[in-house]
Amino acid sequence: MTSKTDQALIQKAFQERMDEDELMNCMRCGFCLPSCPTYIESGQQEAQSPRGRIALMKAVVDGLIEPDEEVERSLRLCLGCRACEPVCPSGVRYGHLLEEARDIIAQHQRMPLHIRLVRKVVFAGLFPHQERMRKAASFLGWYQRSGLRTLVRKTGLLRLLPASFRQMERVLPDVPTAKELKNRPHRLNPDGSAKKRVAFFAGCLMDTMFMTTNDATMRLLQLAGCEVIIPPAQGCCGALHGHGGEKELAKELAKRNIAAFEQLDVEYIVTNAGGCGAFLLEYGHLLKDDPAWRDRAAAFAARIKDISEVLVELGFHHLPLRVAPQTVTYQDSCHLRNVMKTAAAPRRLLQAIDGVEFREMKDADRCCGSAGIYNLVEPEMSMKILDYKMEMAKQTKATTIVTANPGCLLQMKLGIERAGLTESVRAVHLVDLLLEAAEGAQAAKEEERIRQTS
Amino acid sequence: MIPNEAKKRLIQIVGAENYDDTKAGRLVYSYDATPQFQSLPDAVVAPRNTQEVAEIAKICNEYRIPIVPRGSGTNLCAGTCPVEGGIALLFKHMNRILEIDEENLTATVQPGVITLDLMKAVEEKGLFYPPDPGSMKISTIGGNISENSGGLRGLKYGVTRDYVLGLEVVLANGDIIRTGGKLAKDVAGYDLTRLFVGSEGTLGIVTEATLKLIPMPETKQTMLALYQDLEAAARSVSKIIANQIIPATLEFLDQPTLEVVEDYARIGLPTDVKAVLLIEQDGPNEVVERDMKKMADICRSEQAVSVELARSEEEAEALRTARRAALSALARLKPTTILEDATVPRSEIAKMVKAINEIAAKYQLKICTFGHAGDGNLHPTCPTDARNREEMERVEKAFEEIFAKAIELGGTITGEHGVGAMKAPYLEWKLGPAGIAAMKAIKQALDPNNIMNPGKVFAKSTRKRVVVTR
Repeated sequence: MTSKTDQALIQKAFQERMDEDELMNCMRCGFCLPSCPTYIESGQQEAQSPRGRIALMKAVVDGLIEPDEEVERSLRLCLGCRACEPVCPSGVRYGHLLEEARDIIAQHQRMPLHIRLVRKVVFAGLFPHQERMRKAASFLGWYQRSGLRTLVRKTGLLRLLPASFRQMERVLPDVPTAKELKNRPHRLNPDGSAKKRVAFFAGCLMDTMFMTTNDATMRLLQLAGCEVIIPPAQGCCGALHGHGGEKELAKELAKRNIAAFEQLDVEYIVTNAGGCGAFLLEYGHLLKDDPAWRDRAAAFAARIKDISEVLVELGFHHLPLRVAPQTVTYQDSCHLRNVMKTAAAPRRLLQAIDGVEFREMKDADRCCGSAGIYNLVEPEMSMKILDYKMEMAKQTKATTIVTANPGCLLQMKLGIERAGLTESVRAVHLVDLLLEAAEGAQAAKEEERIRQTS
Repeated sequence: MIPNEAKKRLIQIVGAENYDDTKAGRLVYSYDATPQFQSLPDAVVAPRNTQEVAEIAKICNEYRIPIVPRGSGTNLCAGTCPVEGGIALLFKHMNRILEIDEENLTATVQPGVITLDLMKAVEEKGLFYPPDPGSMKISTIGGNISENSGGLRGLKYGVTRDYVLGLEVVLANGDIIRTGGKLAKDVAGYDLTRLFVGSEGTLGIVTEATLKLIPMPETKQTMLALYQDLEAAARSVSKIIANQIIPATLEFLDQPTLEVVEDYARIGLPTDVKAVLLIEQDGPNEVVERDMKKMADICRSEQAVSVELARSEEEAEALRTARRAALSALARLKPTTILEDATVPRSEIAKMVKAINEIAAKYQLKICTFGHAGDGNLHPTCPTDARNREEMERVEKAFEEIFAKAIELGGTITGEHGVGAMKAPYLEWKLGPAGIAAMKAIKQALDPNNIMNPGKVFAKSTRKRVVVTR
């Protein structure tokens, strides 16, 4: 509960900081409503729609209402998937409004001690520090391998956790060992002659819990003919902070990344996680009020490109690619699609693989309900959205669900488990499947050669 | 304010989860798509069936609580703004397609059904529901009926009214009546169906509708004609009709509109021409071929600089989607977008377009014009900023002149958006005092306590564009 005094402070901050022009640009036509997952899943509640949320933000600015529990609830329940932005004829940048509003509320809210502690650990203690991320991951890896996991699961200790955390524990990937969690090389050579020089944004979570996917990404870039630079000074992108109401921390992280990459003579800064990519792409907006950084941020953002776009540009889909016959469907990462505007490239790559029968699922572009830590903090809405998604996935009869963002990947694994499909369906990151296909084609070629010579 | 006793009884009917009087809960039903208008309801109520609607009406009638029925709130005349408070009545639970009758070619639906969902459902059976308001992806059938919505196909297929065969309506006193039915012919007494369609929720609450369907046309073609002269485009429209061709769609967009639409849709619309016509014909193959050729010839004879056929259905759909988004896309230009809905006989289109441009120049305003040229229904739209009071006054005056001009040319003050609260001050220009009195007599007979969407259609005062807040 936010006290009356805090509400007054929040209201004042809204009046000072919210972009009034942007709020007024919403002409309330309602074109965003059918694209909004929370509007649909809440049974068409206007307060759970982008139009409703903008109206509430504006009403707080106008002094028509106080930022009470209902307003907070409405803003909290937004996934931040930004599906409303591409369909908005007026071009309202809803994501920016939401980010600002959430930051204001978070900064003025008196949260319970345990939540403050968790936020402090996650936002300041863990994510900005890659060596601590590695330690945490190696602890998780130890938990998974030492037999402790089996013990914990058997003794029912997990029941002490909320259901949402319990479910997440089950689908976490097997983390590399402490030894495998290595420091990155700083530079990789292309296979063959260099077509392009690119930098790789390794991320924090991606480079620990999903290290193999990062390895695969760099391998693909090499196969496609890229010289890859991996600057060691880079770190967490800050998306979690930006979306979670910790804008100042996000800015610090942004500056660190800009500095780490700006001297490099590379054409693109390649990302493999839609959530990170979209946030990096918006560094210019994040630092718009900082004259010393504004232009540097914009220059950085202009070089951000998703791996799938880079691969298509380099003709990777013309290389031999092969997997065992399977039906594949693709789940868009919201931020990759709605902010980075990348939707065709991943599909094109998938369709180029021999053995893949690609089937588009209905509403592939609707959020899966993962949305950062949304699935942990708003499990009820998240699971409603996920269950719809799995129903659509089931209809395609796909045995492989491909995503392009770690959060979506975990959520799909969770969905597969909830739908009782663990035996028949797998979820993979696009780059992992692509590497599997490139190596598959290589192995097939090798086999063919052996057959011919024997 | 809703008296405690009434609140208790309303909650008894719909359940606590379907009654909301929190400030935020009310605020999000204080507006629709109409620029500037905003007023808070006292409560938001979501009934689950007709019986509940009837019970709600009885209570509201007893306590004199206004009822404002509401679909998705996409309307443009402040029709769903609760200007006198009361309850916002939502139809989110009443959103089922009850029947698609393939023998009689009818669909029976609840008011909360999304227009596009109905269109898709009937299309699966090879049938066609032609009314297609610009907001069809989210607007509801109930809202379409209340506002008698038009759309891009109005010229050839008519508007919502032409597809409503029968209604179930809850009256202000809670009585439930049925009008019409699955009948092509029915002259039993007054045509109440037509009376309720377009009555903007001021006479009763539509709780079920039986709609007419027609067979899906065999084929459809789409083309774009580009002009360097606004009035040449308008002349082409009159000439096409005068040549006895009724195209399915005949849409007009001027240059500033094209620019913003392209900025939104990014489909390669030309932005360096003064106007375009988006033309469609559907029907049997040979008819479509013949009509498209004839219309292309007419456009060329009127100095169209280019006439091009859409190469695929995707391309055609992209063009239609872009056109439907024109209004909202104009909001990219300035924070406030004031749009109007003046309609003239189609032979007067060129004159009306010319007059709008002269009026815009006179008041030093940018007025973009687009609309359903084929049926004479134009949307002159002025991007402005509500914070600039001086300019807002000029906008007000300019639009008054535009309406006066429309009426002078034999037209009307609204072709498809409705009167609502927005056009109420001008209604008498169109109807005269006797016309208004006749309408008021009907309203008085059906809703003596004036609880059904009060403050709409009939002007209480001369007050016009204001932000109303309770």
